[in-house]
This record gives sequence, C-alpha cells and structure tokens, in this order.
Amino acid sequence: MSTDTEHSASLANKVFIQRDYSEGTTCKFQTKFPSELESRIERTLFEDTVKTLNNYYAEAEKIGGQSYLEGCLACATAYLIFLCMETRYEKVLKKIAKYIQEQNEKIYAPRGLLITDPIERGMRVIEISIYEDRGSSGSSSGSSSVSGSTAR
Amino acid sequence: MKTCEYQQIDPQALPTPTPTLPAHHGNDSDKREEPKRPKKKWEVFPGKNRFYCDGRIIVARQSGVLPLTLGLILVTSGLFFIFDCPFLVKHLTSCIPVIGGGLFVFVVITLLQTSFTDPGILPRATPDEAADIEKQIDNTGNTSYRPPPRTKEVLINQQVVKLKYCFTCKMFRPPRTSHCSLCDNCVERFDHHCPWVGNCVGKRNYRFFYTFIVSLSFLTAFIFGCVTTHLALRAQGGKGLVFALQESPGSAVELVICFFSVWSILGLSGFHTYLVASNLTTNEDIKGSWSGKSGEGVTNPYSHKNIFINCCTMLCGPMPPSLIDRRGFLPADESVQTAGTDIELPTLTNKSEINVCTQGTKGLLESATRPPLLSTSCPQGKTQTAHTCPDNSPTVNSDPSPELSTSCGARHTASSRGHTSPPRHSKSRSKKSKRAALHISNTAYDAPVSPTSPDAGPKSKARGHEGASFSPLH
Repeated sequence: MSTDTEHSASLANKVFIQRDYSEGTTCKFQTKFPSELESRIERTLFEDTVKTLNNYYAEAEKIGGQSYLEGCLACATAYLIFLCMETRYEKVLKKIAKYIQEQNEKIYAPRGLLITDPIERGMRVIEISIYEDRGSSGSSSGSSSVSGSTAR
Repeated sequence: MKTCEYQQIDPQALPTPTPTLPAHHGNDSDKREEPKRPKKKWEVFPGKNRFYCDGRIIVARQSGVLPLTLGLILVTSGLFFIFDCPFLVKHLTSCIPVIGGGLFVFVVITLLQTSFTDPGILPRATPDEAADIEKQIDNTGNTSYRPPPRTKEVLINQQVVKLKYCFTCKMFRPPRTSHCSLCDNCVERFDHHCPWVGNCVGKRNYRFFYTFIVSLSFLTAFIFGCVTTHLALRAQGGKGLVFALQESPGSAVELVICFFSVWSILGLSGFHTYLVASNLTTNEDIKGSWSGKSGEGVTNPYSHKNIFINCCTMLCGPMPPSLIDRRGFLPADESVQTAGTDIELPTLTNKSEINVCTQGTKGLLESATRPPLLSTSCPQGKTQTAHTCPDNSPTVNSDPSPELSTSCGARHTASSRGHTSPPRHSKSRSKKSKRAALHISNTAYDAPVSPTSPDAGPKSKARGHEGASFSPLH
C-alpha cells in the first residue's frame, strides 16, 4: 500500500470465534467459518489458522511424561520453581503470539482483518476485527460504533 | 480569604477519580494527577480483589481467617520447636526437628501460594463480545425487565452439559466455571472459596491447596505424635501426666490445638483426595452434578476413568497461565474515564489520525490499538502500546466498562454479607466447632452459609460435604 495516499481504515465489525467444548475443558476453538468473513478471506486459510492455533494449545496442555516430570519436580520444591522458571505453557503462548503476528502481517492485514490473541480475551474467543477502507482523509474519529453495525 | 481560595479551584480541572465508578477500588489514590503514569490493569480490576506488590500478589477482598490460619500454624510450630524438640532430641533422635522444620516450611509456602495466586479468574467480557453474545440470544423482553437465566447446552464427551450465562461477567461460563460472589469473579474449575486461605480455590491454585492440606495433615499428625511421646516420656516413672504438663506447658497448648485439628484436616485431605482421584470439584460434588441423581446415566465427562491419570492431571498437569494480566498496562485511553481528562482529548485527535494515515498494513495494525467507540487516543497510549507490543498485542476494549459491574455489584455485596459472619462467629466458639465450620465453609462457600454449621460439628467432622445442602453456584 502506498504511503502517499491518505488512506485510513476504520473498524467495521468484529467476529468472535467461540470455544469448542466437545472434548472437555481443553482449549480448542470452533473451526466453523463465520459468514461475515465469506467475502474477505478464503475458507481454507481461516481454517488453517484456527487448526494451527488449536494444535498449539493442545501441545501446551498435553499431559505426558515431560509434564509429569515437571509437575513432580515442582511439587517437590513446594512449587517455588514456578517463580523462577517459565512454564511450558508460557513458552507455547509466546510461540502462539508470534504465529498470530505473522498471520496478521502476511494474510489478514492485507485483507483488512486483524486477529486478536485469545489470551487477551481470557482464552474465550478469537476476536477477528474487520476493517473497512475509508478512502481519503476526513474520516476522523467517529467511525462506526460496533453495536450499531448489525446491518453488516 | 478562605472563600476566595475555594472559588479559585476549578472543579473541572481536578482530575479526581469519578465517584460513579465504585468498582474501581484498589490503589488508585495516587492517580489524582493526569494519568502521566500509565495505569496497570490491576488498578482497574473490576472484581473484589486486592493487589499487592504492584499486582504480583492477589488476595480476596476479605482475607477471611487467613491471619488466624497462619497464626495457629506459627504458634503451634513455634511451641513445638521450643518445648518439645530439645527434650526429644536428647532422648530420641535429632531427626525430629529436621522433619518438623521441613514440613513446617512446606506448609507455610504452600499456604501462601494458595492465598496469593490467581485461582483462575476469567476476565470479564469486553463490550463488543458482550454485544455479540446478546445478538445471538433472542431477547424479546424490554430492557428494564431482566430476562430469565440464559443457558446454552454443549456436548462434552457425549454428555450434555449446560453452560450458564453470567450476568456480571457478560459471558457464557465455560464448563466447570463458577462465579464466586465473594470475589465477584468467574473462576475456572471453581472448587470453593476457602476463608481459611482467604482466596478462591480454582484451576490454578488447586494443586497448591491440595499440597497445603496434605502437608498440614502430616505436620499436625507429626506434632501430635511428638507431643504425646514427649509427655509420655516425661510422665514415666510414676510422675504422672500433670507433672509432665507442668514441666512443659507449651505442650498442653499444642496438644489441644492438634487434637482438635487433626481430625478435621485429615478428613478434609481424605475428601479432596477422593475428589482428585475422580476429577471432581467440591462444587460438583455438592450439587451432585455427576452422581446420577437425575436418574439418567450421567457420568463425569471430565474424568479419565483412571484414578492414576486423574491424579496426575490435577496435580502434575501443566500450569495454566493467569488470564487477567494484572501487571500489564492499560491503554491510556481506557484509563481515561474520569471527567477531568475530557479536556485534553480533542487536541490529540490529529496526532492519532496522522499515525494511522502514514502507513498501510502497519497502520491497520496500529489503528486497532484505538477502540472505535472512543474518538480519540493519547499519543502516550500509542507509544506505550508500541513498547508493549511484543508482549501485549493490540488490545481493544480490553477493560470492561465499570458500569457493567456496578449493577450486579450490589447483589453480590448483599450476598457476601452473610459470608463473613460464620467464620467470625465461630471464633468465639470452641476450636472443635471452628474446625467443623472449616468443613462446611470449605466445601461450598459460594452461597450464604447456614449459620447452623458450627452446631453441626460432630456430623461434619470428616465428611463436610455431606452436611451442606445449599447450591453454591451463583
């Protein structure tokens, strides 16, 4: 996008991808393609993103030999190692943040969309903001308030 | 002259925290000035929690009887080391103070961790999210009439589970999440609100709590055993128990405390071991969610059907992160909700527009840092968001508007009044009934506890959960 044209984007709508609880309380998001995004992005790209995120979360919450070892070690030290060490979950969360930023830059922002990291929303939803190009100047503030944009 | 001084003060220039936001308690007394220092999220946290050490430590609003718990542990252990250890080291073995010391340290550390850790609080829904959920629910009633409780059914491992809508947090509660009226928060995998540790017990601090009560059982039993041995040794040779007690008065105090505590604590440990083995929460056990009371073939959909795996999952599973990001910075435009700062906002509009207009994709990403509902933002907020970008991707409307919580706040404070009385009431009674109250209040504390709990002492000794018949779920 050229920087000489004054082009501003304004938030038009937000789509919320809810959690999928069919397998319990593990963190997993629904891969159902929301209708508001139909004109903005290809279904496969969207599904890929959500599936990759789900895989990351599954990796973070995986219970296996390594996590048991971590847990037992933590218990033996009265859980004080949580104060010094970064847990595996936190490491994966950093990977997720990087992945989301990468996706935003490469895929979503060029299409006028923006994914918010679920951790910012209490791991309840993946919030996708839909932006509208507003053409040139003038479009100060004001913009469209989200609650009023139900027509979209 | 004095009246002149008063008139000179322009009320609008005073950036006082507006009184219309009662949910904003906490340490905002130093925020009288314009928000030159960006606020941290814990300072505007809408729940009834208190924060210390710049948000590192979180406790419930009412500390309950945590000081008493700590005091009892410290006093009993102190007396043990002073009165019993010297004698036992001389007559038995020097391992005793070592073991005792190790257990004591373990108990105190796990107690403090249980009390000061975020139990798994779910942040409230942002206004956009709440609006989206509202849209999905048919709401034909008018705004002044509160609609009937909304539920959503999901299928978890072939089991139908009802998710309730939380009016305070404006979201459908995830499975096993419950709203604690004492703390005014939704807590994930809510077990109970424990007044003895002064905090909720939930997903994140259950393992600390379990380790605490198990190690406390060991400590209490150990001290009880040592004191008994000590007194028995002293009373040898026909000197008698009275003589022994006279020689070591501290032991008498320990004996009383330990005797009355050990049964309740052992019972509680046993109960929670059962819960861990079957992957249940106290909440679910009391309500009988999965015990088949409804007559259908309901089973616990979260259980792994294997005791060992259940235990390992609960106690050794990965530690989930805190979702409330206490020490993160608020975007400055969100902390600016006081009347006094409205003046400076219009002057900053131009700057924010320029920022958006200069870049393409990056501009889109940056423009997301400004919530659309607020027409302006402070450049301060922008630079600060840029700095925290690696850690905090752009947050839009991350803070729930306070007026959402005030409407329900009254409800919660009203119900919380009843909670403080049982523990304080029980203080004046014997220690035995105090421990009994521990059971009732420990097993389900999310509803007005029946004041008859201290009287139900003998019944509730080891099976407190059976004695409680109220619904803890908000």
